[in-house]
Amino acid sequence: MNNKVKYGGLLAFLILLLSLPLFFSDPTFFSIAIFTLLYASSVIGWNIFSGYTGYVSLGYTAFTGLGGYTLAMICDHWQISGGYIPFLLVPVAGLVAAIFALPMGWVALRTRRVTFVVVTIALFFILQSLALNLSDFTGGSSGILFPASEWTGDFYNMPYYYVSLALLVVAVIIAWWIRNSKYGLGLLAIRDDEDRASGLGVKTWAFKLSAFVISAFLGGMTGAVMAYYSGTIFPVSAFDTSLNVAVALMAFLGGVGTLGGPVLGAFLLEPLQEYLTIQYGSSSLNLVILGALLLAVILVMPEGIFVTLPKLWQKRNTAHLVSTTLPLAEQEKVAFVEGNAGESK
Amino acid sequence: MSLFIAALLSGILAGGVYALMASGLTLIFGVLGIVNVAQGILVVLGAYLSYALEQHFHIDIFLSLLITMPAMFLLGIGIEWAFVRRLKHTQMRIMLSVLVMFAVALVIEGLLNIVFTPDQVSLHAPYIDATFSIAGFYLPYVQVFAFLLSAVLLLALYVLVYHTRFGESLRASMQNRTAAALIGIDVEKVSMITFGIGVALTAAGGVAYGATTVFNAASSYDLISRLLVIIVLGGMGSLRGTFFASLIMLVISDLAAVKWGPQWSSTVFFVLLVVLLVFRPQGLFGKLEGRSQ
Repeated sequence: MNNKVKYGGLLAFLILLLSLPLFFSDPTFFSIAIFTLLYASSVIGWNIFSGYTGYVSLGYTAFTGLGGYTLAMICDHWQISGGYIPFLLVPVAGLVAAIFALPMGWVALRTRRVTFVVVTIALFFILQSLALNLSDFTGGSSGILFPASEWTGDFYNMPYYYVSLALLVVAVIIAWWIRNSKYGLGLLAIRDDEDRASGLGVKTWAFKLSAFVISAFLGGMTGAVMAYYSGTIFPVSAFDTSLNVAVALMAFLGGVGTLGGPVLGAFLLEPLQEYLTIQYGSSSLNLVILGALLLAVILVMPEGIFVTLPKLWQKRNTAHLVSTTLPLAEQEKVAFVEGNAGESK
Repeated sequence: MSLFIAALLSGILAGGVYALMASGLTLIFGVLGIVNVAQGILVVLGAYLSYALEQHFHIDIFLSLLITMPAMFLLGIGIEWAFVRRLKHTQMRIMLSVLVMFAVALVIEGLLNIVFTPDQVSLHAPYIDATFSIAGFYLPYVQVFAFLLSAVLLLALYVLVYHTRFGESLRASMQNRTAAALIGIDVEKVSMITFGIGVALTAAGGVAYGATTVFNAASSYDLISRLLVIIVLGGMGSLRGTFFASLIMLVISDLAAVKWGPQWSSTVFFVLLVVLLVFRPQGLFGKLEGRSQ
């Protein structure tokens, strides 16, 4: 794809998202839209560390929860009134999550990849139980209420919607910059072969830790908006077990380690999940359907939609080309080479 | 003081049960190189199967294992054949396995909620509330039975892995898949049977778990995170490590519950893991890898 088409498409998509409120006003629709945007930002954040370096985290909600609690505690402690001011504090929430990420990353990154997955889960549970048990600061299981805003009616969702959209744009820009910088190349080198990367002069430890912190910063910001939109925060909602896996699933569905994959995954999976919950949630059938769908997608497209579909498309095109121009024996040879190229990727 | 000894005793008894559930998980990881995050829901499924047999056919929960363990073995073989086998041995295998097994767990969780409703249940037996006293401490029979069952099965597992021909193939596949295949071991078959055994153990784990606590399908999340912590602490793929890690973890979290209150018991559980990994990133009994992967 040439760049003009790419940027044009991106711009059109952004304009579509910006003008969405002109066409719809249904509050349920916007609630789902806001969560989809926020999920997309956090999947991008997850992808910046886990997708680029290959160190998969299943405790990413630790950071969204930290961000949410930071904003709630600031608002509660300094009696900040509802409205636009809490939005200005969202970067502070991201910063606090990033500061927490430093020691957490320092511990977690000492382990190898398999163990790392479990350590992230453990760190997540530690934070969740601290939120529950340090009730002097966090309000315990009853949580903290956010200050109410004076927005009403159709307008109520708009500030949240546009802030979420702005956050997504920021996240995409950060991810894009990293992916196209020397720093990002270093991260990808770590994913492919850490020892070789370090041998070639990549400061693997500093690269991994900094990516971990950047990804926590984005997570903290999205978590803060998520919590503010919900109006209240308590341990089980802020440190949500299912969100941990959802973030990883969305990234894998779209294409882990790619730029567009996380957004695609979030835009597909989150509305679907909401729809299934509304439709079948009362009977738990939604879990069965969701699980079966995920199984099918992961087994058919293990590299994600964003990687597999273009590949299939290319294969189809070359196959077509080959069948019209080459004799049969040659065709088999080409198909063999194609297959090999696919395997080794 | 006597409170501490009581906590120590119940920690050891529960530790045996966790060792049984976790050893299936660590075996599966060792041989297949995947993290079976569905182990938690499979334990709950095992508990529900015994529950159903007890409710409808009045079969004793421990006797029902004669039916549920083979059934779960077959289920495990089915899961391996249908899903696990299709995962390629690439960099992303572990992560993909986590997602696939999570999807399997979602399906099972949904089905369990539909069949049994999300209300919490517990297993019933005439002796479920009976206790006996030993040196002034009251112990529930069920906990002791569950511990004995776990001990017997762990011993059987140990003999199977270390003193049979199948065990030799299993350990060879664990050490080096390719080399094992080269010397004529049918690694695929070994993998399938290992997965089946790992899942069959969850049936027994389920009875032991369900007899000592109330449960529903959602209990699996807490269960699987504890099991994962245990196998990491023990050093992934090490049976011996898993056994000691379970005992240590359960005893310490029970002691913490006595000292600081039950709400801190799982915090201590996870903090302990993190602290230990700072000093021994490979776990208690794990081997350091030559290359950091």
